[in-house]
Amino acid sequence: GSRLLCPLFSSSTNDEFLKEKRAQIMSRGLPKQKPIEGVKQVLVFASGKGGVGKSTTAGKFLFALTSIFIITKAVGLLDADVYGPSIPKMMNLKGNPELSPKNLMRPLKNYGIACMSMGFLVEETAPVVWRGLMVMSAIEKLLRQVDWGQLDYLVIDMPPGTGDVQLSVSQNIPVTGAVIVSTPQDIALLDARKGAEMFRKVHVPVLGLVQNMSVFQCPKCKHETHIFGADGVRDLAKTLGLDVLGDIPLNVNIRETCDAGQPIVISQPQSDMVSLVLCT
Amino acid sequence: MFMAQTLGDAFAFAAIEEIKEKMKIVKHKILVLSGKGGVGKSTFSAHLAYGLAKDETKQVALLDIDICGPSIPKIMGIEGEQVHQSGSGWSPVYVEENLCVMSVGFLLSGPDDAVIWRGPKKNGMIKQFLRDVDWGEIDYLIVDTPPGTSDEHLSIVQYLSSSNIDGAVIITTPQEISLQDVRKEINFCHKVKLPIIGVVENMSGFVCPKCKTESQIFPPTTGGAEKMCQNLNISLLGKVPLDPQIGKSCDQGQSFFSEIPESPATSSYRNIIQRIQEYCGLHHSQEKLSNQGME
Repeated sequence: GSRLLCPLFSSSTNDEFLKEKRAQIMSRGLPKQKPIEGVKQVLVFASGKGGVGKSTTAGKFLFALTSIFIITKAVGLLDADVYGPSIPKMMNLKGNPELSPKNLMRPLKNYGIACMSMGFLVEETAPVVWRGLMVMSAIEKLLRQVDWGQLDYLVIDMPPGTGDVQLSVSQNIPVTGAVIVSTPQDIALLDARKGAEMFRKVHVPVLGLVQNMSVFQCPKCKHETHIFGADGVRDLAKTLGLDVLGDIPLNVNIRETCDAGQPIVISQPQSDMVSLVLCT
Repeated sequence: MFMAQTLGDAFAFAAIEEIKEKMKIVKHKILVLSGKGGVGKSTFSAHLAYGLAKDETKQVALLDIDICGPSIPKIMGIEGEQVHQSGSGWSPVYVEENLCVMSVGFLLSGPDDAVIWRGPKKNGMIKQFLRDVDWGEIDYLIVDTPPGTSDEHLSIVQYLSSSNIDGAVIITTPQEISLQDVRKEINFCHKVKLPIIGVVENMSGFVCPKCKTESQIFPPTTGGAEKMCQNLNISLLGKVPLDPQIGKSCDQGQSFFSEIPESPATSSYRNIIQRIQEYCGLHHSQEKLSNQGME
């Protein structure tokens, strides 16, 4: 259209016009990115790989956050793992959420952390056998139809993978940053790498990597074994130009208390992690 | 039959017939599942494949349908291999003469290449893997899945619905947080009428290499897989201990059967694989009998 009418325009202006038009067409049908009311910052804990300790690390980060500041921060934890929600067990929370007068779901609270999870909406043993489309709308509800109130930080615990959930979250709300959790094993780092690449593609800044399950100390003889390898995360961080936000050892205590839904003692690695994440 | 949740489901039914034809030359199909991530599905699938392929008269195929995090190429030491297309379809990558692999990992351009696809596109890929790959005559097809009960799982069960899956092997760690997700997976299997061959408890205990004390790194606070299997009346195929060498072998793309043959993990695996072979043999003869009965 305008090309024919205004041949005096330079080709670069035409390119700009075409680029804009293309972007407009491509974004049709995509959700509009809108912040959640009352939530100041959103941090995402992801990994790409399953079973590296995303939920555990997210929980520990929040425990530390609520205890090391003199003026308490209002924090929330959203469990975006629709198929395998771990947060209810970890935070020792059960039950269906109440509804506010505005018909929003009230998050369940424990240890000063407001939590929402698919686990509160379905029976513990019931599998959620859904295709991507339904997951998308469930995530939207968990983001927008919850009465979060005023939060300084909302931490979103992601499921493994780089698919529907990750896309839905990053397209729906502005994310302050992502923390990628991994074990030192190459196999886990492979996926962590993809996770970092995914966030780059959807324009979410990666704050850094956390190395979990780094070393195990025999309770009897104190001998240290690197069960899942050593330093893999540090090496990857160097390659990708990212910070290492934390190095957490394998601690039997962590898993037991995780299963029992109890808070654990705030350890040095945790508080280090908090200061590193918040200062980035 | 499934209730079509999307239009895509309706079109899938046509593909099912095509896949049924293709799968006629596959004797046994085993799915490796878990509700929880990071419990060792891919490690198990790879070593199940190695174990079954020990018998040189058997043809084994390993299909990796974890589209977002394909671990199989690395574990089998065939990262960077390419898939070739011929008149008869896509050629899988051969690890040994009687062991071949297909994974989305072979279709990516590099380790940083992330597959950020929504469900429908992933389903298309799985359909192609089943329909367009020239597997040849296979004795065992092992399918390694991502964690959860989502698109990939629905698709694989749907596409193979007319092709008779022998059953599913479910992997877990002793932790309650894993078992929680595994119970969901077991219910999923019941829901879609997928028989369960049994459960494998992985990372079950660690022996300190120095003082030989056994520690439960992932403690079975609720009785572990053993209690769960008792409660749900499912077979516990075996328990595999944590051995740091396993992770190392996988990272280096080598079979730990050959790297650490003396490890207790190796003998656990061998017992489990034998039980799976026995199950498949029984399943096959039962099928034959029922087919004969129908004539």
